[in-house]
Amino acid sequence: MDCYTANWNPLGDSAFYRKYELYSMDWDLKEELRDCLVAAAPYGGPIALLRNPWRKEKAASIRPVLEIYSASGLPLASLLWKSGPVVSLGWSAEEELLCVQEDGGVLVYGLHGDFRRHFSMGNEVLQNRVLDARIFHTEFGSGVAILTGAHRFTLSANVSDLKLRRMPEVPGLQGAPTCWTALCQDRVAHILLAVGPDLYLLDQSACSAVTPFGLAPGVSSFLQMAVSFTYRHLALFTDTGYIWMGTASLKEKLCEFNCNIRAPPKQMVWCSRPRSKERAVVVAWERRLMVVGDAPESIQYKQLTIQVLLDRLVLRRLPLAIQICEYLRLPEVQGVSRILAHWACYKVQQKDVSDEDVARAINQKLGDTPGVSYSDIAARAYGCGRTELAIKLLEYEPRSGEQVPLLLKMKRSKLALSKAIESGDTDLVFTVLLHLKNELNRGDFFMTLRNQPMALSLYRQFCKHQELETLKDLYNQDDNHQELGSFHIRASYAAEERIEGRVAALQTAADAFYKAKNEFAAKATEDQMRLLRLQRRLEDELGGRFLDLSLHDTVTTLILGGHNKRAEQLARDFRIPDKRLWWLKLTALADLEDWEELEKFSKSKKSPIGYLPFVEICMKQHNKYEAKKYASRVGPEQKVKALLLVGDVAQAADVAIEHRNEAELSLVLSHCTGATDGATADKIQRARTQAQKK
Amino acid sequence: MAFPHRLDAPELPDFSMLKRLARDQLIYLLEQLPGKKDLFIEADLMSPLDRIANVSILKQHEVDKLYKVENKPAVSSSEQLCFLVRPRIKNMRYVASLVNADKLAGRTRKYKVIFSPQKFHACEMVLEEEGVYGDVSCDEWAFSLLPLDVDLLSMELPEFFRDYFLEGDQRWINTVAQALHLLSTLYGPFPNCYGIGRCAKMSYELWRTLEEEEDGETKGRRPEIGHIFLLDRDVDFVTALCSQVVYEGLVDDTFRIKCGSVDFGPEVTSSDRSLKVLLNAEDKVFNEIRNEHFSNVFGFLSQKARNLQAQYDRRRGMDIKQMKNFVSQELKGLKQEHRLLSVHIGACESIMKKKTKQDFQELIKTEHALLEGFNIRESTSYIEEHIDRQVSPIESLRLMCLLSITENGLIPKDYRSLKTQYLQSYGPEHLLTFSNLRRAGLLTEQAPGDTLTAVESKVSKLVTDKAAGKITDAFSSLAKRSNFRAISKKLNLIPRVDGEYDLKVPRDMAYVFSGAYVPLSCRVIEQVLERRSWQGLDEVLRLLNCSELAFTDMTKEDKASSESLRLILVVFLGGCTFSEISALRFLGREKASMMLFCCPPVAS
Repeated sequence: MDCYTANWNPLGDSAFYRKYELYSMDWDLKEELRDCLVAAAPYGGPIALLRNPWRKEKAASIRPVLEIYSASGLPLASLLWKSGPVVSLGWSAEEELLCVQEDGGVLVYGLHGDFRRHFSMGNEVLQNRVLDARIFHTEFGSGVAILTGAHRFTLSANVSDLKLRRMPEVPGLQGAPTCWTALCQDRVAHILLAVGPDLYLLDQSACSAVTPFGLAPGVSSFLQMAVSFTYRHLALFTDTGYIWMGTASLKEKLCEFNCNIRAPPKQMVWCSRPRSKERAVVVAWERRLMVVGDAPESIQYKQLTIQVLLDRLVLRRLPLAIQICEYLRLPEVQGVSRILAHWACYKVQQKDVSDEDVARAINQKLGDTPGVSYSDIAARAYGCGRTELAIKLLEYEPRSGEQVPLLLKMKRSKLALSKAIESGDTDLVFTVLLHLKNELNRGDFFMTLRNQPMALSLYRQFCKHQELETLKDLYNQDDNHQELGSFHIRASYAAEERIEGRVAALQTAADAFYKAKNEFAAKATEDQMRLLRLQRRLEDELGGRFLDLSLHDTVTTLILGGHNKRAEQLARDFRIPDKRLWWLKLTALADLEDWEELEKFSKSKKSPIGYLPFVEICMKQHNKYEAKKYASRVGPEQKVKALLLVGDVAQAADVAIEHRNEAELSLVLSHCTGATDGATADKIQRARTQAQKK
Repeated sequence: MAFPHRLDAPELPDFSMLKRLARDQLIYLLEQLPGKKDLFIEADLMSPLDRIANVSILKQHEVDKLYKVENKPAVSSSEQLCFLVRPRIKNMRYVASLVNADKLAGRTRKYKVIFSPQKFHACEMVLEEEGVYGDVSCDEWAFSLLPLDVDLLSMELPEFFRDYFLEGDQRWINTVAQALHLLSTLYGPFPNCYGIGRCAKMSYELWRTLEEEEDGETKGRRPEIGHIFLLDRDVDFVTALCSQVVYEGLVDDTFRIKCGSVDFGPEVTSSDRSLKVLLNAEDKVFNEIRNEHFSNVFGFLSQKARNLQAQYDRRRGMDIKQMKNFVSQELKGLKQEHRLLSVHIGACESIMKKKTKQDFQELIKTEHALLEGFNIRESTSYIEEHIDRQVSPIESLRLMCLLSITENGLIPKDYRSLKTQYLQSYGPEHLLTFSNLRRAGLLTEQAPGDTLTAVESKVSKLVTDKAAGKITDAFSSLAKRSNFRAISKKLNLIPRVDGEYDLKVPRDMAYVFSGAYVPLSCRVIEQVLERRSWQGLDEVLRLLNCSELAFTDMTKEDKASSESLRLILVVFLGGCTFSEISALRFLGREKASMMLFCCPPVAS
């Protein structure tokens, strides 16, 4: 029995531990780990080391080396670090190495040390520098949290879909927090930080003070905090030597332990052993290691899905990965396609093969496999600096819309524009337009638009509502004087209130119309200017409202107001045709019920519109007496109509019979509706039969 | 009745599904903002919204107060504001001003913008420019098809016509394609597709791409609707410009039917209140007269009234038991019918007062003359008088456009003088109206036509036939000649009538225009469906300037039942008139059942 327990050592009162080596690290480290930034990927992934020369007072002249090892210490990559000082390293769930620089730039490398891309954490970070940074994992992906020199936090919850969030200020924060961590609760990333005896939780909109449940009193500072990988649990190390362990919400306590050490630990992390399902915190000082905890917790490998597992496998052994897929009977899109896509992404990194060969090889292997996105592969090629290869690969992408974002990134905006138009997605076209607008100078931008009518009309619509001046420039550029004229006319209504301003706008419009050889519009506009000025004068002299009436209504208003002379003058000045003038006067005088004046007017000369309208208008005013007067003057062609209007059916019948006009006869007949019209109807019928006999 | 319901008419698909879908989606979006919130609704979304989710449904999902989106600051005390708007830039400015005012006042609230039917990048950009992008969350309510009746869907896109046909803006094409895609996911793939017009073609192509991307979703489904026909409004402007004389069309022209319902004013209800009436197949009285020529409607209604009276009269001579039966079973139905009858009689009277006057008859006479192409001079003077008398700015414009399209543009002298007269009558601002109408091809000046034809013929002598065709196309698109006269002859749009056209028992679709004219759009549809392709219509297509823009697509779908093959969905891109709907219903009764959907009727 003794031999089984011989290598077990007591840990505290009731626990024992033993130490045995799983495997030894294969690496041959040149630097001491303590001088390095170290990052180990989750789920037993690779380890990155970067000697940190920037920590020392005097900046080293030698460039540091970034080294990547497998979990067992096999060297995978080694490259000279040429960029700026790095504050923090970390691996994303996709095994991309994120290197956070002091200036807020983040450089992204692949497993083999291949540079993928870089992004910035924003201007605020750039200005205030990065004081501290954390890479954390959420269900959406991997995030970066930054503490700036101004003691503000900025974070992005998912670096593959970069959205920067600047967290609110912590009230009264003078120096850097003693410790902090990124938390992920309810699908939202938060920051938990300690300032002296207080803990604060920052979310996007607010900063709230929180207190751990059941914490022993007397704490004046939190020295270290650690959150579990699942964000469920949190451990706090206080200056009183206590370790508080509980839920991340701080609302439940698991246990509290007094370790009697008051020195701040160098590191504190959660760990758990799958077999015993024990939750524990490992705390490390310079020369001491302590494991604290007891309650059970199952280890979570759930975040590591089969897809991720495959992705990671592909980078190491392609055929094996495909076999696994087949064995697991994974659907193509999840399995083989994914693997092939990964293989292609790897393929584009082979710098010694020519663009043509790579593109052809990829197309041959992938063909039209469903679920393979050529644009993704192209994006990777571009990430490796192979723009031409990327463009070649994009040509295999059947959905033109998918090509656009990368083309934009590669600054092939004009190509992107035609692809966007091809896709029929106007929103995409608009996105490209805005890119182009910022990228090109105005002249070139307009020139590009000119060749793309669909994009042009889209942009015009936008300008009409948002950038009127640009719209004008667009028309100017195209020498589109017709539209320029219309533009100024619109402006004369919308932008100007003073008469002088309106007239000036109209003058510009008229000039444009002349240039457009649209004499009609030019003349009409000049007439409008004249009319406006005149209306203004009329308002000044006569009172009342004249502005913006039509010419017709202006004259009518004058007649209704008894200003007949003025009306006549206006009609002459604006060459109102006789017919219109007669209609106008007739209607106005009837409205005034000035029958005497109307009669005088009717006799002033022979009516250019005949006398039927007089009958109609009088009847509209229910003046049968006056109407009858004019009915007698109506010419023979319209006599029947006139008589019917004044209700004289019998006489209408007589005239119709006299005319022997069938259409007139049936018209009269259709009016024979009254009780007294029976005789008239008979008379017409008789006339009809007689006509037929003849 | 002239329009008996055919017993063998195929069963219609269940369009109410679309309504439920839209409602569920809206509720989901509202629930995204948990708790009490105030809802700001854009004015022209109010009626469609009402058909989908009424106020009580909104209240159930914690909508507290409702506001109209207007150009003035809102006074809402709610902590959460939700905006239901169309993707228009002016709406974004409204939202931004509200948010910025709150910011100035140091107030924080939650804001959510729901775009219907879709979000545009330009809108988000405006929010960004105004500095409120981060404060507002944006969502889409993909509600684009509103079922108005058992056989009628409406794409509620009021801007479609203006944006596409005037501004050449194609952003709604995506919406159309999405709507078509939705239809095919709900009602199965369409085995036969036909279309004419640029917009139809682009929408169709985009739709196909969508289907390919989501491969498999519609596959294997049994098609419920056998045919779909897409037609651009600009293929046939003429029909949309004619005065309507079927009952439903007249109700629309007189009172404006909005989202399938109409507000009848006091002159109809003969009380001091106006009445909102839903017009669809459920209104039994309306359903019988909606497609009738107006001249039959009054007679029908009075017959109906007499029948009703007779049924009421049966009460006399009833014993107690019979009376009890009568009251409990029949009276309610009779009263309902009575109510509907009086509404429609009121509407009829009101229409008669306005429309059967001599003026209206003269107007119709002029329209017919224009369609047939005789007495052009006389018609032109009639239009001039119409303008001089300031009868109605819209009507005058409509007549001018009709003259222009039927005559391939106005002769320069008339073009100038009619416009001058119009400006004098209705105000100088209409200079812009003319510029727009010209751009849309609705009101144009005759190109020095002879010279153009001369150039054409010269060119065609010089080059091969095929190239000449292309060049001719280029020329015709330049001048956009409507060629109405030639098309009319080719398609026999003006029926030759011996004696009087019997409007009671119509023999063709021309009855919707008193027997004077078969709607061009409907005739084209009829011809294509008969041939099940565009074969033999080359000349018509050339005249319509659509040689390159017509398509047919048939899938060998043996799963389509004979029932479904008798269902045809007609899509009018840019709106349609009730006359066209009536005409197609007539055609459907002759051959198969039809359905239609459309953008709201064009008000030119």
